[in-house]
Amino acid sequence: MIPGDRPHRLPAGGLIDRDRPVRFTFDGHSLDGLAGDTLASALLANGIHMVGRSFKYHRPRGILGAGSEDPAGLVQIGRDPATTLPNLRATEVELYDGLSAEPQNCWPSLGLDVGVVNDWLSAFLPAGFYYKTFMETAGRWMAVEPLIRRAAGLGVAPTAPDPDRYEHVNRHCDVLVVGGGPAGLIAAKAAAGGGARVILVEETAHLGGRLWSRADGAVTLDGKTGRAWVSALAAELAAMPEVTVLTRACAFGYYARNWLGILEAVQDHLAPGDRDPALPRQRLWRVRAGRVILATGAIERPLVFHGNDRPGILLAGAVRSYLHRYAVAPGTRAVVAANNSDAWQTAFDLHEAGVEIAAIADTRAVPEAALIAYAERLGLPVGFPATIVATAGRSRVRSATIARLDGAGGLAGGDKRVRCDLIAVSGGWSPNVALFSQARGKLGFDPALQAFRPAESWQAERSVGAANGTVDLAASLAEAVTAGAEAARATGFPTPPPAVPAIEHAGPAVPYGIEGAWSLPSRRPPHRTRAFVDLQNDVTAKDLTLAVREGYVSVEHAKRYTTLGMGTDQGKTSGVNGFGVLAAALDTPVERVGVTTYRPPFKPVTFGAVAGQHTGVHFHPRRTTPMHEAHRDAGAVFEVVGDWLRAQAYPHAGEGFATAVQRESRAARTAIGVLDASTLGKIDIRGPDARAFLNRVYSNAWLKLAPGRCRYGLMLNEDGMVFDDGVTACLADDHFHMTTTTGGAASVLAWLEEYLQTEWPDLRVYLTSVTEQWAVASVCGPGSAALMADLLDDLDPDPAGFPFMTHRTGHIDGVPVRVFRVSFTGELSYEINIPARYGLWLWRLLLERGAGYGITAYGTEAMHLLRAEKGFIIVGQDTDGTVTPIDLGMGWAVKQGADFIGKRSLSRSDTARSDRRQLVGLLTRDPRHVLAEGAQMIEGPAETRPRTPMLGHVTSSYFSPTLNRSIALALIAGGHHRMGETVYAARADGTAIPAVITGTDFLAAANARGGTA
Amino acid sequence: MLLIPCPYCGARDQTEFGYGGEAHRARPTDSDRMSDAQWAHYVFMRKNTKGVFAERWVHAAGCRKWFNALRNTATDEILAVYRMGEPPPGGFTDGLPTPAGEPAIGSGNDGSTVALGAFDPGAGGDRP
Repeated sequence: MIPGDRPHRLPAGGLIDRDRPVRFTFDGHSLDGLAGDTLASALLANGIHMVGRSFKYHRPRGILGAGSEDPAGLVQIGRDPATTLPNLRATEVELYDGLSAEPQNCWPSLGLDVGVVNDWLSAFLPAGFYYKTFMETAGRWMAVEPLIRRAAGLGVAPTAPDPDRYEHVNRHCDVLVVGGGPAGLIAAKAAAGGGARVILVEETAHLGGRLWSRADGAVTLDGKTGRAWVSALAAELAAMPEVTVLTRACAFGYYARNWLGILEAVQDHLAPGDRDPALPRQRLWRVRAGRVILATGAIERPLVFHGNDRPGILLAGAVRSYLHRYAVAPGTRAVVAANNSDAWQTAFDLHEAGVEIAAIADTRAVPEAALIAYAERLGLPVGFPATIVATAGRSRVRSATIARLDGAGGLAGGDKRVRCDLIAVSGGWSPNVALFSQARGKLGFDPALQAFRPAESWQAERSVGAANGTVDLAASLAEAVTAGAEAARATGFPTPPPAVPAIEHAGPAVPYGIEGAWSLPSRRPPHRTRAFVDLQNDVTAKDLTLAVREGYVSVEHAKRYTTLGMGTDQGKTSGVNGFGVLAAALDTPVERVGVTTYRPPFKPVTFGAVAGQHTGVHFHPRRTTPMHEAHRDAGAVFEVVGDWLRAQAYPHAGEGFATAVQRESRAARTAIGVLDASTLGKIDIRGPDARAFLNRVYSNAWLKLAPGRCRYGLMLNEDGMVFDDGVTACLADDHFHMTTTTGGAASVLAWLEEYLQTEWPDLRVYLTSVTEQWAVASVCGPGSAALMADLLDDLDPDPAGFPFMTHRTGHIDGVPVRVFRVSFTGELSYEINIPARYGLWLWRLLLERGAGYGITAYGTEAMHLLRAEKGFIIVGQDTDGTVTPIDLGMGWAVKQGADFIGKRSLSRSDTARSDRRQLVGLLTRDPRHVLAEGAQMIEGPAETRPRTPMLGHVTSSYFSPTLNRSIALALIAGGHHRMGETVYAARADGTAIPAVITGTDFLAAANARGGTA
Repeated sequence: MLLIPCPYCGARDQTEFGYGGEAHRARPTDSDRMSDAQWAHYVFMRKNTKGVFAERWVHAAGCRKWFNALRNTATDEILAVYRMGEPPPGGFTDGLPTPAGEPAIGSGNDGSTVALGAFDPGAGGDRP
């Protein structure tokens, strides 16, 4: 082939721009096409049919269809590791200058493919081969899966981050019309006349649907050619302010309550250099519609005969699309094979375009007389009842062997081999019911169509035109007008329906006639017949009958066993044929076989579009405290806690993270440490019943807490398990300030609201989240009282007069503050709450004025270490939703008498067991060894076979600089009664680490022994 | 995605709501006199009704109010919403057209997605 030569381009017609040549490459060859071409039409114009190889047998695969239904003409676009696109249908890729496409699933090259050995071995690769061979022996599948995946691959996924932008659009509309063919167009007009908000989505670049697959003028609507009628209607819709028309937009999912997902390919059709950086690559529209009109057309089925998968075998309707939409003749000498009247038009149109017709083979005993007469007038050879029984040709079909049918399901004699380079096949048209079925509508099998079509709607939708099985154009338009007007009325925008245009056809117009022919007879023995049903997944009729023989009689089971329709095309061309073949094998009507479930997406949707704007920093919004800027300037390492970014540690230049944590925690015990505690959840609780409410939601007692005092409390779920903790201060008799854990703030508020609204609506209590109103700096350490005295204008911090677990209000440089004498660390502490806008100022003031006292900012890691030294729990680290207050050794926080949430559960037989996992301290025998958090604890120094009982696990583990040794907290079965006993931490290398069970307050124990350990 | 009619705000997308499980399960006030089994039944056991089910929702990203809804769990239809403390409105039944209680259409697992004989000649189909 000579690049640049386009021997198959017709001299006139088509939606192409002959003045705008486009250069592209395929499989390394530089080729040219025209603006308006798809990759498929440009390849066919260049005489190239073979574009790839099949999934399993690596057989040559060509272009079968002309749109999204194409099963196997898949290509990879581009080579850039960030932007390469796998598994695109060549029939949908719009050509642009510089486009580079590669065939898929062939190695080393398209022409020479090593995997073709699978084709020669096909007798040994039956349905369910992988299951039968590799799943029986445990482990074998794990070993071979990577090899099989590599051999049976599709395209190559990009490996670098996606540089493109995507966006989500949310819309409500009154009427959504899916499909911009003639029925969809006129339905949109009928719906929109009264002012309803209408969205019309069309999958391709052009409105008009299959009107483009006829010669312009072959059909006239009110005297206008198809092209003129579509242009006029499109202009009318464009002028209506409440109508939105989206092209290159595919409605891929129909979900509950008329909520649909639509993928709009905004710029995919443009060369990368021509794309507008202000626009996204793709948009995901999420549309809630009052009424939906499905005008999604029909999808043609191939015929299932031996050798039906060669490049050069196209759907008859697709051939007409190439002739008229792209002005491409996909061959020079054609055979047309069909079981219906529609394909004859393809023969007539090919003849008109100058393509020689080698034969028309119709499987029906009596095709329409008008068609036979017209064919004879044109001099086209016709055979019926007849079918193709074999084809030849490797990368392009060379010949077809046609045999007479005997009318009883078998073959008569007189086979004839005819030379051809194009076979147009049609097994009839199936209404495109994917969205209808996703919407849970019920299908019915229409014997007149030999296809399933919508029978009963479930959601507020109507199918019109070919999607509803209405093949005749005039009837289809009438149906669409009715549905449009009905949708307008139902959504409150009634309007008189527009007139249905008068239709005139050139040439013979016969009503659609079809006879079912699911699987055609063959001259070959069954095991050597290669009649493909699914061209992408290489499923043959033989595979389906084998599945039935092996007991997979349900259509859903047979699908999964054979992988019928499980490729990226989701069985658009193969599904109904597959159901028909199964019906024949089961000797049952096809409607009793049923159909497999249609699920979203109708066609592949990019992950980029699904993610939309929510990538990178927009993936999850991060909250920062008022002091964040200071932490960042200090070089803090941050961690994510809940939605927050918290400073985890403040390593100095040249200092590692672990060293920083040791330094920070030592400072908090020996001088002054300051922690940004602004992230703690804070809830303002008011009302005459606030106190009674607290008494019900905390496990400990709250009725006697006086104003000015604070109390630590535990919250349990109704199952008795701890789920949050915190300190709540009594501001006044009817006013409390509750704090929660950082991660639990939102769920605690929701939980309190739930109980107030659903269980205790009689309680007069009002909750307000004040987390973001207060910035909090927690100052602790032996020097903290002196610093506080220096800072506070009007409040004496001396612990003698301002005791632990009380709070006061005061001022710092005239700014009002609330100071809580509560402690995270067990040291003398002051928690300063200040209006949030002073948070950064306060933090800088503390570090500046505290410098002389040796103040050190400490992060969450040191805070955890300091808490672990005192045995203070971290909810979510030392607890995991299976731990009661008793298990934690916090029975002192469980009140007697009055009820509280979770109380009754604490006395359930299971909760009261003495061998539950209980929180204890662990001291390793080797004081330098720090146990791994999460390490499993076992009874002895070695694991026993086959299973070593696990006693529990390490929840927190640190090296304590104050104690100069490692410490750990662990949940150990019956641990409270095992003080002093030795248990072992299991490790992957089999060497277990011995550790002694102790109490949890390591600091107090060390002090009692008179110093550090 | 469901469209849920909040009794305070009107119809809103499902994403604005939180689910609260079975409705009309008052928290026992005499739990100290209940057996372990009775208490466990309250805490752990919920109905798994196929058909009309009274359940709780909260308009979490809206007015933050809790309310009750009657939903047909087989078809996801929300039949009624009502405020906390109000009794469920009557008159809703699943209509049990089959022994399994499957609605004729819409339940998603109603036997078959094909209506047998819908277009047979003379069988009440809408084609001549």
